[in-house]
Amino acid sequence: MNDFDDVAMLLLIVVPLAGSLSMMFMPGGQTRETWYFAIFIAAVSLVLSLVIFINYDYNQGGFQYTVSYEWLPGPLDINLSLGLDGISAPMILLNGIVLLGGVLVSQTINYRPREFFVLLFALAAGVYGVFVARDLFFLFFFYELAVLPMYLLIGVWGSSTDFGTFLRTKEYGAMKLLIFLVAGSILVWIGILALYAESADLGAATFSLEGLGQLAESGQLDADFQKWVFPLFMVGFGALAGLWPFHTWSPDGHVAAPTAVSMLHAGVLMKLGAYGIIRVGMFILPEGADAWMPVLITLGCVNVIYGAMSAMSQNDLKYIIGYSSVSHMGYVLMGIATLDNIGVGGAILQMFAHGLMTALMFLLVGSIYQKTHTRDINVLNGLASRMPVNTFFFAIAGLASLGLPGLSGFIAEFMVFTGTFRTYMPLGILAIIGAALTAIYILRLLARTFMGEADERWADLTDSSPVELSVGAAFVAIIIFVGVWPDPLLRVINVGVQTIPGV
Amino acid sequence: MSPLSDNLELLTPEFALAGLAFLVFALDLFLPEGKKRLLAFVSIVGLIAVVVVSLVMLWDEEESLYNGLLAVDAFALFFKVFFLGMGIAIILMSMDFVENRLKHQGEFYGLLLFSILGMNVMAQSRELLTAYIALELLTFSLYVLAAYAKDSDKSNESALKYIIVGAVSSAILLYGVSMVYSTLGVTKFDDIAIGLAQATNVSPALWVGVGLILVGLMFKISAVPFHMWAPDVYEGAPYPVTAYLAIGSKAAAFALILRFVLEGFVPAAERWEQWQLVFAVLATVTMLVGNLVALAQKNLKRLLAYSSIGHAGFLLAGITVLSATSDLPSNGVMFYLVGYSITNLVVFAALISFFNMTGKEEITDLGGLADHQPFLAACLGMGLFSLAGLPIFAGFTMKFYLFTAVANEGFLWLAGVAIFSSLIGLYYYLNVLRQIYIEPTPTGDNGGDWLEENPMLAERPSWSLITVLASGAAAMIWLGVYPKPLIDAIEAASRALMP
Repeated sequence: MNDFDDVAMLLLIVVPLAGSLSMMFMPGGQTRETWYFAIFIAAVSLVLSLVIFINYDYNQGGFQYTVSYEWLPGPLDINLSLGLDGISAPMILLNGIVLLGGVLVSQTINYRPREFFVLLFALAAGVYGVFVARDLFFLFFFYELAVLPMYLLIGVWGSSTDFGTFLRTKEYGAMKLLIFLVAGSILVWIGILALYAESADLGAATFSLEGLGQLAESGQLDADFQKWVFPLFMVGFGALAGLWPFHTWSPDGHVAAPTAVSMLHAGVLMKLGAYGIIRVGMFILPEGADAWMPVLITLGCVNVIYGAMSAMSQNDLKYIIGYSSVSHMGYVLMGIATLDNIGVGGAILQMFAHGLMTALMFLLVGSIYQKTHTRDINVLNGLASRMPVNTFFFAIAGLASLGLPGLSGFIAEFMVFTGTFRTYMPLGILAIIGAALTAIYILRLLARTFMGEADERWADLTDSSPVELSVGAAFVAIIIFVGVWPDPLLRVINVGVQTIPGV
Repeated sequence: MSPLSDNLELLTPEFALAGLAFLVFALDLFLPEGKKRLLAFVSIVGLIAVVVVSLVMLWDEEESLYNGLLAVDAFALFFKVFFLGMGIAIILMSMDFVENRLKHQGEFYGLLLFSILGMNVMAQSRELLTAYIALELLTFSLYVLAAYAKDSDKSNESALKYIIVGAVSSAILLYGVSMVYSTLGVTKFDDIAIGLAQATNVSPALWVGVGLILVGLMFKISAVPFHMWAPDVYEGAPYPVTAYLAIGSKAAAFALILRFVLEGFVPAAERWEQWQLVFAVLATVTMLVGNLVALAQKNLKRLLAYSSIGHAGFLLAGITVLSATSDLPSNGVMFYLVGYSITNLVVFAALISFFNMTGKEEITDLGGLADHQPFLAACLGMGLFSLAGLPIFAGFTMKFYLFTAVANEGFLWLAGVAIFSSLIGLYYYLNVLRQIYIEPTPTGDNGGDWLEENPMLAERPSWSLITVLASGAAAMIWLGVYPKPLIDAIEAASRALMP
């Protein structure tokens, strides 16, 4: 087992990366074979993630599977240090699940499938890398690697939306998304350089997360310094997490993206932002975090309410889900900002739960769009009679998202509310109102799209493809499993949360 | 202090290179038309031989020739190998272009070899007049090369502008040298440092002199506000020459600036702190103007001209923070130079290949390239990502290294400006990428089918360009994923300059 422990983290990154590179040399034009190969890579990644997650020893806690390779010695002292703790363990599992699901439903990608999977796996490798990096250079390296392929994935394989009076092109969505995310990463980059320069001034120049964490722990990182650097990370990473008012890329980007990319992006990529705030902001800059949390929780609360209100007024299925992501990421941000062990634990569970249900929703909408060529809820109606299984899965995802007990969303949101009530009571009340708003837009969506008499137009409509339905069924199963028995996840998460300073 | 010697053996690579250039000129006289391609191979084989000779003879040498005029050290060797390697790549990139579109092939390669000789001496010189002569050897060759498409008005215009601006900037540089000499009585870099440090009553003439030298050098690297010539010259010059201007002459000028600043300025610590501000301001405006103006460009060569101005700004930020105590900044500048050159080689090789097929150089002409030429498109895409500073390519690691060095020396704001400028850069690089991968194939000039009007687009790129593209792309990824071997070499080179 020890041998596996040593290579587990590397494998996690290398498998999708090698898949991406080897796919580049596959002969073009073989749509089917390319897809099979992609499934194989994604399945191996998922199995790896699962084995690693199960073997994470929560009694022992802390970072496990740690390895460190010298990458650039000398004054910069950059090491390829990898490891997994209770916060990242659920995240890699989530990435594995959503990646396989996304690859499976990409059966319909006929245009340049090879390039599509090359970019998709590069993105997946970047996501894995961020979750297991213990060195700021590599965290940032993988963070950019995860963002970089988005432009082409959306620009080439995405779809434009016609609003009647104007056209939201896929190029617009792709460029907007990338500019926002890279603008965010500029702040992160400046923050990283500031941390390095400060540590060099203190005579311990390092990019290592542990090294910087120790500086903070021993009180050497000055409180004033922490207070001006923390917002760089909060806003920089926050932009990726959909933090209001830097969220506007998110609906446009999600809508323009092809199904698999929407799934991965809303499901996993946005979590990188929240994860970055925890991993860099809270571990290295506890005093800065303490000072800025009232701001973050307020913005998070705005996210919840504003996202829900926007979702209520949208008529495009994907825009509704896009804004619901903004709203739900608000719970994650609020949970983090409580600095309370239940609240932060809830935030991390919410990251997992929301990742699954939003991926499921994008999958189902993708399937509907492919068959009907519209996502307008005023045009769609009565789909329940034509696509019963799709409807059922959509309902489950919707109910999970509005926090129905027994489904994954409930426990996570409940924990976030508890944490908020223990710290910022008024905002907790607002957040619960936000949950009620969620019910309104979800039920509106379900009623308009799936209920009622089906038009003649949809007479020949059939249910989603078997592949899509089996992926959907698997997602539904996990959502119910986590809702009924969250303990396997929660005990790992709690081990991770306990190590956060100041929580 | 390194020992003085007049050991001419140490200059063997330079003699060999000059000999090679004359050989190419001579062979040109005897070769019939249609066999001139042989000259390119002679040049390449010769350059490889010079690389081997340099590495074997100069490894671990640490000497100063002619009473300190020329240095033979790890720094010079590093740049020598770098320039020679770049020369090989440029010749490979030029072969088809020169054969099909230019006359007088023999002189083209001969002049190229002479300019490489000039660059090598620039990296070696430790004295202002020697540096000046080397610089002139480089620029004179470039003047002729820029005018090489002699039937093209644009090429002639470009060369004329280049000569005028180049002559003026050389004159400014020379005037600065004379003023420094008149006040300090020395021209060697280390003597200048001593003079600067000791001068208690600094005469204005000295400041003006040093300032004029810097202005002359800033012209050569096209730093704002001395950049106006670059876009016009880049646009008009034949494509391979444009590539050479953007990569070679810039790198050589930075090699000279590195040695000049590290040996002539940095030891005079207090004076250097005053000049640092000047450099910081120059770096800031260069980064911002270069990247902002690039946004408005429609011609690929002009776009790359402004992008190279922007990159010169990043490099200047690295020059700003050169210090006597840490080798991070000089490492960063050298790493950036190598990474930037390799990336630009890939980009230019892909564009030259495209130009060979179509004769087009507007950004919109690249529409649908991914469908017709997937390999070219992939290489060009990777190069653009690397220029924009995204992983897993050289662009990311080199920017991270350089900006870390800048921040570490107390110029966090300058690093911030640099990072912000690279965001602007990302936008226009992505616009080119959009043409390649997303936009449809344009209609032909005569309203016909694009592919029918440009039938060569259906053919493979030539083997020489494929060689450059494949090895360049591999090197780009290598530097982006594991740059340690290169950094080791760079650290050795830096150590030779550290006081």
